[in-house]
Amino acid sequence: MKTMKLAIAALAGTLLAGQALAQDKPKELVVGIATFLSGPASVFGVPGRNAADLLIAEINAKGGVLGVPLKPVYVDEGAGTNQLLSEYRRVVQEQGAQVMLGAISSGSCNALAPVAEDLKVVNVMWDCGTQTIFEDGKWKYSVRTQAHAGAEMMATLLYLMKVKPDFKTVAVVNQDYAWGRESWALLQAGLKALKPDVRVVAELFPKFGAPDFSTEITRLSALRPDVVISTSWGGDLDTFVQQAAARGLLKQSTFVLPLAESSLERLGNVLPEGVIVGSRGDHYWLHPKYKNTPEMQSFVKAYKDKTGVYPIYPTFHMQQALTGLQKAYEKAGAGGKWPSKEEVIAAFEGLEFKSLTGTITIRQDHQGLEDQLLGTTKRVPDYPFAVYDKMALYPGKLVTTPLGEKSLDWFAKVKPDLVTDKSIETFDYAK
Amino acid sequence: MPPEMLLLAALDGLAYGSLIFLVAVGLSLIFGVLGIVNVAHGSFYAIGAYVAAAGVLALGAAGLPTWLAFPTLLIAAALVGILVGGLVEIALLRRVYGKEEVLQLIVTFAVFMILEDAQKVVFGVQPYFANAPMNWLGTVEVFGIFYTTYQLILMPLVALAVLVGLRFFLRRTSFGRAIVAVTQDREAATAMGIDAARVYLITFIIGASLAALGGALASATTSLTPGIGAGTLVLSFAVAAIAGLGRIEGAAVAALLIGLGRSAAVYFAPEFDVLIPYLIMMVVLLVRPQGLFSTVQTRKV
Repeated sequence: MKTMKLAIAALAGTLLAGQALAQDKPKELVVGIATFLSGPASVFGVPGRNAADLLIAEINAKGGVLGVPLKPVYVDEGAGTNQLLSEYRRVVQEQGAQVMLGAISSGSCNALAPVAEDLKVVNVMWDCGTQTIFEDGKWKYSVRTQAHAGAEMMATLLYLMKVKPDFKTVAVVNQDYAWGRESWALLQAGLKALKPDVRVVAELFPKFGAPDFSTEITRLSALRPDVVISTSWGGDLDTFVQQAAARGLLKQSTFVLPLAESSLERLGNVLPEGVIVGSRGDHYWLHPKYKNTPEMQSFVKAYKDKTGVYPIYPTFHMQQALTGLQKAYEKAGAGGKWPSKEEVIAAFEGLEFKSLTGTITIRQDHQGLEDQLLGTTKRVPDYPFAVYDKMALYPGKLVTTPLGEKSLDWFAKVKPDLVTDKSIETFDYAK
Repeated sequence: MPPEMLLLAALDGLAYGSLIFLVAVGLSLIFGVLGIVNVAHGSFYAIGAYVAAAGVLALGAAGLPTWLAFPTLLIAAALVGILVGGLVEIALLRRVYGKEEVLQLIVTFAVFMILEDAQKVVFGVQPYFANAPMNWLGTVEVFGIFYTTYQLILMPLVALAVLVGLRFFLRRTSFGRAIVAVTQDREAATAMGIDAARVYLITFIIGASLAALGGALASATTSLTPGIGAGTLVLSFAVAAIAGLGRIEGAAVAALLIGLGRSAAVYFAPEFDVLIPYLIMMVVLLVRPQGLFSTVQTRKV
């Protein structure tokens, strides 16, 4: 009888110990990362993964998050939404991911947010931009560690107004899918409010992945708009710029390319001076304020050694997501206990952390506030591709739609005095 | 809209149509002779483009004169057609002639998927382009608008040369006639001493080379990214369907129709730009389900 009691006690003891262990640190923190490994958007997805590999190795070398090493598991967004959703579930339920980074495409993010709620898993939207996610929905488990399309397009508009205040006509050439349409809707609403006399002379939405823009370019050559806007990216942007440059269009109109930072190196000597460029945030490896920090220099060097090219904005987005995650864990686990998923997501609210460039603040609606850097291209002898000049740095708070408002409504009532707000810093290119 | 705009739109359509024609005519030829709907055709286009771009970039890196890029484009196309196309025919397609059409479709689709991934492994996912040939030829001015000589003159000329060359080859040379003979009646042709297996192989190589040539020519004007093959493949299916599968001259007319339709759309109804090829296809198939140029039960080439 006595031995029986002892056995039961021992059993209970191990059970209790087991419970205590569950709240203890796990052996590793599995982080699922949804990114494009195939398809045209892999121009962003693969740099994102390369950066993640690099940064996670670095975090682990320094002891991991609260002493726990990170283990990345990649999921391909390029396989389609259904496949993505089932892979996402699998990584959480079978591989035990505590945190998911998802995703690049706004379509993916829209689809993943409810799944993350369902699975009760921390979901860091590491790259997608649609402003509607947190404006139309309320997600407990999802958080975005970068700006949204509203902030990006507002900064673009303000910069255009600043450097070319006297334009009369505008044409747009965007990819025919959600981002191309949404970004133009925002820009158009803002243009109407800031410069009601501007005439939109052409709205062209060539097919996503179109190999040829000849007709669009001919039409623009004939219309001669003062400004040509294109929020295209990747191969589409490269092709459009290349064909437009060959036919002299880039010299005829002022081009506004808010995502061109990611194409600068590839475009080499094709992109002339005087083109307005941006990077969906303040990401730029030659950022006027942060290019010489030890963190930036070591990141740029490590990334270039690994991939042979300079880092582009998705790599900075990945850095923000991983840094934000680390800081949220540290904040939630400050008492020495391993935090629960709920504690981690709660820690994101109001979190402020330094990225490789500016400081990110996570609002209570889980939307990140991030600065926006715009510039005008300049050719310098230091690099075989165009660099930013006449830069303007817009504080995240200034250009992000206020809490509780919808971007389209906010754009429609924006006032021109925002263009000259005192919080905007300006820089010229310096070697 | 000033009347010269119509001409400008037509010029754009001409260049675009020429490129689609090159790809579609290969697809059509292979179907006409082998009876196979070759989904892997899109891969030949993509690989041709990548190999040509790699060649042109290598020329540039070696500091060789730019005009050498033009023979490089041709050589790249022929290489891809012979090596990749030849391999696919010998290793796979040869085994499925005469089998169910669904099986043939699945086999070529599998080849397409494998080659798509192979491209990613070899060439990576970052877009790259080799625009030296386009820039080297300069621009021509029409009504104050600059066009690249490459797109406005060279591409239509190549397309025309291919059209005339194919017609001549099939009607006037003995091997071309052998192809036509095998197409009409394989058994009878074999009985007359024609090596049908060889005819199939060479036809397939020619078709694949034409797709690769389309890709090689496109590589100077467009960014090469994963997925370019699929986009072009779908368009060339539309061309082949409009013309009637297996019709060569028909493919030229259909490609031109799509090119002109598309550029007209960009001027008059930009929203329909993407839809145009399929609208044309739908209308044609409703009126003539066998395609514009097919005459039922006659020879296919």
